[in-house]
Amino acid sequence: MDREPILEVRHLSKTFGTNPVLKDINFEINQQDVISIIGPSGSGKSTLLRCINLLETPTAGSILYRGRDITELGKDVYSYRAKVGMVFQSFNLFDNLTVMENCTLGQTRVLHRDREEAEEYALQILSRVGMAPYCNARPRQLSGGQKQRVAIARAMALDPEVILFDEPTSALDPELVGEVLDVMRDLAGQGMTMAVVTHEMTFARQVSNRVVFMDDGIIMEEGSPEEVFTDPQNERTREFLGRYLGR
Amino acid sequence: MSKFSQLLQDVLRLCSKYYPIYLSGMKNTLLLALIGTVLGCVIGFVCGVLNTIPFDPRDPFRKRALVKCVRGVIRAYVELFRGTPMVLQAVFIYYALPYFTDGAARFSSVWAASILVVSVNTGAYMTESVRGGIISVDPGQVEGAMAIGLTHVQAMMYVILPQAVRSILPQIGNNFIINLKDTSVMFMISFTDFFAAHRGVVGATYLYFPSAVIEMIGYLTMTLISSFLLRRMEQRLEGSSSFELVVADPLTLTSGVYRNPGSDELFRERSRDYTGKD
Repeated sequence: MDREPILEVRHLSKTFGTNPVLKDINFEINQQDVISIIGPSGSGKSTLLRCINLLETPTAGSILYRGRDITELGKDVYSYRAKVGMVFQSFNLFDNLTVMENCTLGQTRVLHRDREEAEEYALQILSRVGMAPYCNARPRQLSGGQKQRVAIARAMALDPEVILFDEPTSALDPELVGEVLDVMRDLAGQGMTMAVVTHEMTFARQVSNRVVFMDDGIIMEEGSPEEVFTDPQNERTREFLGRYLGR
Repeated sequence: MSKFSQLLQDVLRLCSKYYPIYLSGMKNTLLLALIGTVLGCVIGFVCGVLNTIPFDPRDPFRKRALVKCVRGVIRAYVELFRGTPMVLQAVFIYYALPYFTDGAARFSSVWAASILVVSVNTGAYMTESVRGGIISVDPGQVEGAMAIGLTHVQAMMYVILPQAVRSILPQIGNNFIINLKDTSVMFMISFTDFFAAHRGVVGATYLYFPSAVIEMIGYLTMTLISSFLLRRMEQRLEGSSSFELVVADPLTLTSGVYRNPGSDELFRERSRDYTGKD
């Protein structure tokens, strides 16, 4: 498939102090990709996403967004971040604002939409994630699953070209995981480009078109879900998936 | 007992004769404390926000140098004004101008000098309080704000400061009450506050103790009323803990109308319905 790449990660390295977390990472996110990034905890998956959104500054290498190096964006970094949505494990909804305001803040302040337009659009997106009735609630009044659906709506309200999900269901109890995964599945079905760090192997297998297995700061294996899940080439991948798939 | 009735008489006599002086003193004290606290808060918020501008070793040298320079200046300001008595600051500011200009320039009004001293002094304390309030907000809030593309100032304005204010507000109240009392040192530069009224009255009557009783009661009244009002404001800021659903959808109603158990009861959100039997 020749879809144009939105993001290209080239020789990316990140060290915290003397501790290397990412070592020479290369991969790209193409239009309409749904990439699952799997791997053990501490393997650098989250750091990779955080580097892509510039929440962490890469130590070396480059990340190209439509051919432009994002570490040299200067003031454009703010509009870049709006183009690349992020959904966090701990939701990070704005606790002082209502659900509606959470979804309009970026629209009015970063994209400079006017208030009415922003509210109308926010409501439209909130109803897509089933949260429109709660638009006057505050985050602390919602359950974890509801919070995460609002967080997804907050990211979508900015019309991003890609949404990065950093373990979106890891802080949820098993009963609430489903409602969030449903929303994500829905998004993927509508052609949203997504990169998902996850421990939900069923989701990775069913929804994504590409699976990336990371360990120890290195991409160990990359391929279609069938390839990675049924016939992993790397010994480490086999070991990791064996534990998850109960083989 | 006769001493007490004498005291009562003296107090009443002072009150009936000199109440305009006391009242105008109280008015000046309240006004100065209020203006000084408000301006001090403005200074504190600006310095607190400047103090928390993040920088990164990969930022250009100019930005890093500027940020560090700003932090140094603010640090020096805080240490200087927190580390010297307000009386001396008042004397310094008030007499420095005429000294250096051989009397050609001086503060046109003692009000301007007093407001300057009180607000700059309060600002020094508020800078630290605001910094503390900002630090106490969950770092995830900053990340959430950055992730949707807000700038540092926007994140502060719309997300961080509104949350930080809850922990800063008691400090603002504290500073206001301290200012109510400590503005009494402004008599040094002949500011006519409530304490200056006392000095004026006893100069004429020599009734030191009865006038001091009036002062005590006056100051206590002002501070007690202020703390009451401040507490009310804090409660207001907490806001309501319930909310209303917008659409009466029967499916969402069952899970939606639900009073929040309170932010101190994390992890217990289902305890009401869930009894553990099933």
